[in-house]
Amino acid sequence: MTAVKSPEWTKQRFSRRHEKVIQAALFLCAALSVLTTAAIILVLLGNAVYAPGAKKAFFEQVSLWEFLTGTHWKPVDGDAGRFGMIPLLSGTIMVAVIASIVSVPAGLGAAIYMSEYAGPREREILKPILEVLAGIPSVVYGFFALKFITPWILKPALGLLGLELGTFNALSAGIVVGIMVTPLIASLSEDVIRSVPRSLREAAYALGSTRFDVSARVVVPAALSGILAAFLLAFSRAIGETMAVVIAGGQQPIATLNPLRGAQTMTSFMVHASTGDSAADSISRMSIYAIGITLFVITLTINLISGWILRRYREVYQ
Amino acid sequence: MSPANSASLPASAVKPAINFISGADRHIRRRLLLSQLFAWACRLATYASLAILVVLLAAIFYSSIGRLAWDFVTNTNSTNPAKAGMLAGLWGSFWLILFTAIFSIPVGVGSAVYLEEIARDSFLVRIIKINLANLAGVPSIVYGILGYTVFRSSAAVLSRLFDGHCLIGVMGLFKIRLMKLPIYEDNILVGALTLTLVILPTVIAASQEALRSVPSSIRVASLALGATRWQTIWHQVIPASLPGISTGVILSTSRAIGEAAPLIMLGALTYTSMCPGSIDSPIELVTRPAQVLRAPLDQFTAMPIEIYDWSKQPDSRFTAVAASGIVVLLVVLLAINSVAMIVRHYASRRLRW
Amino acid sequence: MPAITSGNVPPSVAGVDRELDMTAHSSAIEARHLNFFYGEHQVLFDVSLTVPERSVTALIGPSGCGKSTFLRTLNRMNDLIEGSRCQGEILVEGQNIMDPAVDVVLLRKHVGMVFQKSTPFPKSIFDNVAYGPRVAGEKNRAVLADLVESCLKKAALWDEVKDRLTTSAMSLSGGQQQRLCIARTLATNPRIILMDEPASALDPASTDRIENLIGELCANYTIVIVTHNMQQASRVSHQTAFFYKGKLIETGPTMKIFTHPSEKKTEDYITGRFG
Repeated sequence: MTAVKSPEWTKQRFSRRHEKVIQAALFLCAALSVLTTAAIILVLLGNAVYAPGAKKAFFEQVSLWEFLTGTHWKPVDGDAGRFGMIPLLSGTIMVAVIASIVSVPAGLGAAIYMSEYAGPREREILKPILEVLAGIPSVVYGFFALKFITPWILKPALGLLGLELGTFNALSAGIVVGIMVTPLIASLSEDVIRSVPRSLREAAYALGSTRFDVSARVVVPAALSGILAAFLLAFSRAIGETMAVVIAGGQQPIATLNPLRGAQTMTSFMVHASTGDSAADSISRMSIYAIGITLFVITLTINLISGWILRRYREVYQ
Repeated sequence: MSPANSASLPASAVKPAINFISGADRHIRRRLLLSQLFAWACRLATYASLAILVVLLAAIFYSSIGRLAWDFVTNTNSTNPAKAGMLAGLWGSFWLILFTAIFSIPVGVGSAVYLEEIARDSFLVRIIKINLANLAGVPSIVYGILGYTVFRSSAAVLSRLFDGHCLIGVMGLFKIRLMKLPIYEDNILVGALTLTLVILPTVIAASQEALRSVPSSIRVASLALGATRWQTIWHQVIPASLPGISTGVILSTSRAIGEAAPLIMLGALTYTSMCPGSIDSPIELVTRPAQVLRAPLDQFTAMPIEIYDWSKQPDSRFTAVAASGIVVLLVVLLAINSVAMIVRHYASRRLRW
Repeated sequence: MPAITSGNVPPSVAGVDRELDMTAHSSAIEARHLNFFYGEHQVLFDVSLTVPERSVTALIGPSGCGKSTFLRTLNRMNDLIEGSRCQGEILVEGQNIMDPAVDVVLLRKHVGMVFQKSTPFPKSIFDNVAYGPRVAGEKNRAVLADLVESCLKKAALWDEVKDRLTTSAMSLSGGQQQRLCIARTLATNPRIILMDEPASALDPASTDRIENLIGELCANYTIVIVTHNMQQASRVSHQTAFFYKGKLIETGPTMKIFTHPSEKKTEDYITGRFG
């Protein structure tokens, strides 16, 4: 069974009138995605940047400078409100970095193993298991981090080193997000590694290479940009991860890089804030949109860069 | 080299013999050892992931021991951990997924059909495709913001417009009766619309794959027999790609079951003891049709939201409750994924190219 | 391709004396009763062939006759194919390389291979040639630089790339890439070089250069070349072996094979009656 795009001449326009209606309906379905993106952008901009009418958008009330550089985040109405997003940013980055430290070696190692070493039977068993890991909902991982990893693994281990660990901490959240993201890195990297042509490997073997030489010195360097694209995509996923961090990471926004304490990320703030009782147009509600647009811009940028790198990589090998 | 010299070779041409048997060269031994170690490191990385899965499942099952019982599935939530159950979450998830499927299947499959079968490569089409790729990478909480701002507000407006109720005519006992249905602004439909947006990129991508795998010879043969384009699509292409499409839809839906963040942003209830429409058991779907109509417009909670609520309770007795909730959730996911695998297996057996 | 008769055997390349009596050379490779299987399917039947030292042996035959498979057994490249099995002995420098105790990594250092499609690594020219020695443990920059220079000179590529050793190898032309692959193979200091249709993807000018290169190299290396181009085989080799459907039909000095072969099949192939 070959997956081939149907030739252009089979894509004639619909001829009969009622079929033209169907074609229009289908076009609308496809265009819905553009509508969705437009809606996201409009909603975020309209509440964060500029709001027509009586309502005031977030950045009309809080300066961009304070938002980007302030180190206190206390989104309450009135004079006590502080809207520096550095604490949320540091929480997000901490969790994402820890997740990368966990997932990059595991994911890349699994990808190399499955494409270079494992036999087809082994691969048939391993791939579904990795997909199961990816399919487990985020809340489950949050629970696992809070009720199992923190008390039974991290606290004893760190206690041996004389370090204290808060019940809510960025470390357990980061670890668990890393586990969630490992299958993504593994499957993307494996695709990329497999697309390195066989002839390159054979040439390396013929020069007297061991398996390690071929994998580490020829194949991975050849696939490097594709692997980098995979890492970026996983990092962006880790930044956008919500429930696990909400449950395990805690509610205190602190500008810190200490993973042993609780930290609030951009995503967990948004969840906590929406379960609160603030009024619809208050500045504390608006702050959700400000963080939302920041999150959207960051993840979109990383995804676009990753996609661009992957396209350039595919041009070389296909 | 001329024939005259062939009898005696110059001394420099005689090279020492090489021994190919391993172990003779210490250098090569070291490299082979390194190669072995590297293989073991990669193997470890792979099987570590496996091990973590096992540990995770074991830990959760162990934690659930105190509470996992049949009444967990038949009770609704309560402040008493010994009585707390997941019924409201199960029903909420049921209604959510039902409507999510109803919304996402036509739109998703329709989009895929348009992009694969009808659209010629134009600027607009390329924009749509790039757009879909980007939407797939947007964190689900952003969809929650969208849902909160657009869908929930629209529901609120509608609700105010109809004075909090919606009047519809219902056929009951052979005559039309008017019914008032209360519209809540954070209702199932709003949640389903939001979840639809979340899973739409994956549904479209899976459907596109399925459509692409239908060989073009089928389309050409159908057109050659005088069928129109749409007839070909409807009668040949879509049925042929049905296994792939249904697998994709089922798997995307299973992802939607686990989503909590967008729903919480919408205002889904984290603590409630009411099922949507007050329908508590499957029989009531038939016996109380009026309530069935009420359910989509009613407030709701969902399985992952209840798990979240129980996880954050300071009372440690709720740990077992949360773990039991996770067990139920995983069982539901397992059931759905098994259905997807069975569908894929049987349908692809029937279709032999 | 016009058939070759005794009247029109093309002249040999410089350095290859086709009248040379090779029996005085010790054998570099000796295959004895080789049988090769892909799974259940047998591909080589009882092949026995002797390759003398510092000579060029050409393997010819119609496509699918097993000559490439035979070539790949000589440096155990077929081990990379799952389900392949080899029976028989292959003596390289007097040792049986089919012995399980043999270290294939070491073997491939000494028996190099050049492939049909040039496969430069996506690295710089210098790194491509230096790959073999580096992987074998050579770290001294000066030693590597000398080695790269001498190999590129032997491969007749030095003058063209000496100013851009650090640029990517992918920027070279097809013929240059193939010569780079030859230089890369030479860098591991092999005794024997196996070539699988090295010029079939190249234009006539590049093919000419490669053939001249073979003529120069055979003074110091033993070369076995698979080719489907009979003119090339007759230009370039001391000894020719004709394969047909997995069997070695005939072996002998090149001039003899191309002017008065003993077997009818050989003559049919040479004169273009099939293949």
